[in-house]
Amino acid sequence: MVQFIDVFKAYENGTKALKGISFEIADGEFAFLVGPSGSGKTTIIKLLTGEIAPTDGKVIVNDYDLGSLKFSKMPYMRRTIGVVFQDFRLIENKTVYENVAFAMRVTGASNKEIRRRVPYVLELVGLDNRTRRKPQELSGGEQQRVAIARALVNNPRLIIADEPTGNLDPARSLEIMLLLQKINELGNTVLVVTHEKELVNSFSKRVIAIDAGRIISDGMDGYYNYER
Amino acid sequence: MRGNRFGYYIREGIGSIFTHGFMSFASVCIIVACLLIMGSFTLLALNVDSVIDTMESQNAILAFVNEDFSEEQARAIQPALEALDNVETVYFVNKDTAWDSYVDTYENPSFFEGLDSSFIRHRFVIYIKDIALMAETRDAVCNVAGIADVNAQLEISRGFVTLRNIVTFVSLIIVAILFAISLFIMSNTVKLTTYERKDEIAIMKMVGATSAFIRWPFVVQGLILGLMGSLTSYLLEWGIYQVVTTKVVSSSGLNFLTTIPFSVVAIPILVAFLVVGLGVGIVGSLVAIKNYLKV
Repeated sequence: MVQFIDVFKAYENGTKALKGISFEIADGEFAFLVGPSGSGKTTIIKLLTGEIAPTDGKVIVNDYDLGSLKFSKMPYMRRTIGVVFQDFRLIENKTVYENVAFAMRVTGASNKEIRRRVPYVLELVGLDNRTRRKPQELSGGEQQRVAIARALVNNPRLIIADEPTGNLDPARSLEIMLLLQKINELGNTVLVVTHEKELVNSFSKRVIAIDAGRIISDGMDGYYNYER
Repeated sequence: MRGNRFGYYIREGIGSIFTHGFMSFASVCIIVACLLIMGSFTLLALNVDSVIDTMESQNAILAFVNEDFSEEQARAIQPALEALDNVETVYFVNKDTAWDSYVDTYENPSFFEGLDSSFIRHRFVIYIKDIALMAETRDAVCNVAGIADVNAQLEISRGFVTLRNIVTFVSLIIVAILFAISLFIMSNTVKLTTYERKDEIAIMKMVGATSAFIRWPFVVQGLILGLMGSLTSYLLEWGIYQVVTTKVVSSSGLNFLTTIPFSVVAIPILVAFLVVGLGVGIVGSLVAIKNYLKV
């Protein structure tokens, strides 16, 4: 579960990125977070992943209150979330299998667990026949699938996808969105951050729209039509 | 630490050495160069110290007994001299022996015909423990009943002490500077490898790696590079020292010098090289990685 309770965030240079944002995403929910550039989307992601702390208000992710969470406990919070980025962020010199296994290894998983779980998630994302390839040998859509597999492999409660289709063509974008929907159906909470209006509108999901650090709409009608 | 995790740290650490082969080679070369210079200065300081020790041991205080003391009375003073602080050994030299030694220093003993030892005094040759305390020891000897006069080469002793202090000070300064340089270069070398891997480190943080988990492979990397540097420089130092000491001993101008055999200092030098090499490797890695673990 994600809870933002009256969250303010001001950076050291004086920029007020968030101005009293409150929302809640329940376990198992699928939501889009949309808004134009500079609206505060990236700040929300950084708050969710613990990269920055709120100036005021509360951010609660999977029962961890990030405002008061000790630095040493942050890794354990991060193991409850999986993050997918627009630029994939794969390790170039590792194979597909190693990229995914790596995420399990850092949590202290045994080799036996890794050998059991990694093939399962690679099959789930449709990459079971690409395990020995290096990222540069894959298409953009396939690289994003590896990133999704890596985000999934530790069985996190929440998947955060930050512009996951930003580097993909429309057909591959749809495939990735369908994959995220499938993951949601398996029980994971999914939050997709995007500014692709058509893609959002083709799914009938909750849409939280923000602009200039404030929530301007939060509806279940799955429609995003805000124009700045 | 779980076995598979320990294995991972070792594999990653070793793998990183080969992945960044040139930088690893440069790190080892820097450690070797610094340790060689540090080791050479240390060995030089030890040898100078040894030479000074030898010279010190030959630098004694001469204590002359009252003229009217018989040999028996003079010998009776010896326990009082031996009881003084900083006195190592005391030898009694009677008038006759002193006279014979004096005469022997001249090539033509006929100069001394008609003379005998009656006008010189019984004396004590006193070797001291610490040459720096020669003045105090001389004063203490002067105050012993029956001692009429004392001859101590204070200037020479001060010269020895000054020379030793300079060599020790210069060596310490050079060793400290080279240690700091090694640490700086090692740290920057690991910083370069960590910079190349900053994305990987960011991914590790993102998927929930603890700081220790991220840090250990870099520590292993620094440890192995430090170990390689230490052992290489030790072997080189050994070889260079053998060559130099052989040259010194066989040199006609310097053959009065005695050098310390490498076997005497082999273990302390090895330990020091390992401590410095491993220290530089590990501390350098920890310093380099620190900034990347703040997120």
